[in-house]
Amino acid sequence: MLTRILSVGLLAGLLAGLLIAALQQVTTTPLILVAETFEKPAVASATPAPTHTHQGGEAHVHGEGWKPADGMPRLFFTAITTVATAMGVAFVLMAVMVFAGVPIDEHHALAWAVAGFVACGLAPAAGLAPVLPGSAAGDLVGRQVWWVGTAIATAIGLWAFLRADHHPLVRLGAIVLLLAPHVIGAPHPPAFESKVPAEIAAQFTALSLVVQGLLWALVGIGVGLFWPKFAPKTAA
Amino acid sequence: MANTTASVIRTTERSDARRAAGIALILGLGLVFLTGFAYPEVIHNAAHDTRHSLSFPCH
Repeated sequence: MLTRILSVGLLAGLLAGLLIAALQQVTTTPLILVAETFEKPAVASATPAPTHTHQGGEAHVHGEGWKPADGMPRLFFTAITTVATAMGVAFVLMAVMVFAGVPIDEHHALAWAVAGFVACGLAPAAGLAPVLPGSAAGDLVGRQVWWVGTAIATAIGLWAFLRADHHPLVRLGAIVLLLAPHVIGAPHPPAFESKVPAEIAAQFTALSLVVQGLLWALVGIGVGLFWPKFAPKTAA
Repeated sequence: MANTTASVIRTTERSDARRAAGIALILGLGLVFLTGFAYPEVIHNAAHDTRHSLSFPCH
C-alpha cells in the first residue's frame, strides 16, 4: 500500500509540478521580477540588501545568504520546489482519502483536490491575500499559524458538511469551523508600504490563486489516473 | 470460519492501508512544510518564487 501511494504521488507530483513550473514562468514569475524592481532601492550599486520592517519594528534583511542567481538557476530551483510541493500535496490528498475510506478514482480524486484548494487556497486567501515581494505584511509566524489553522478548520468543516450525517448540530459545527478563522481574523500589517502598482499586485493575487488551484486539480487528475495503474497483483 | 478469515484479512488490509496513509501524510506535510513554510534562509531563498506563486505566506 505504501509503495503504491509513494509511486502514484511521485509520478502525479512530478507531472503536475513540471506543468505548473512551466505555467509559473509565464504567469507569476514575471510579475515577481517586476515587483522586485520596486523593492530595490533607487541607488542600487553600493546599497546593502533591502530591508523592511515587520510588525513589532524589527527590520529584516533579505538576500544575505545563498540564493539562486537570476535566470536559469532561479528557474531551476523554483521548478524543483514546485515539484516537491506537488508531490507533498499528492501524498496528503491520497492519505486523507484513504483515511476517509473514499475510493481513489478520477472522479473522487479531482473532487477531493478541489476541496483541498478551497481549504488551502481560497479560505486562507480571504484573510491573507497572496502578495508580491515588497508588500507590507504582519508577523510571519502569526500569518503562518493563521494560514495552517484556517486550512485545517476549513478542511474539517467541509468534510463534516459534505460527508457526515445531516444532523443539524453537525452542520452547525461545520459552519462554525468554516467561519471561526475569519471571525478571529488574520494578522495584518500596521501600515501599507508596497510601491508596486496596485494593478500588478491585483493581477498577481488572482494569478497566484489560479496557479494553486491548477496545481491541486492537476495533482487530483494525476492521482486518479495513476492509482488504478499501480493496483497490487491479486495474491495467488 | 471462512467469514472470520475473510474479515481478519479485511481488517489487516485496512490497518495496513491506514499505516501507509499515516506515513504518506507525514511525508506529504513534511514536504509542503519544507517548501512552503521552513525558515532556514537557504530553503526560503530556493523556494521564494514558489511560495509567492502558490499563495503561501512569505516574508
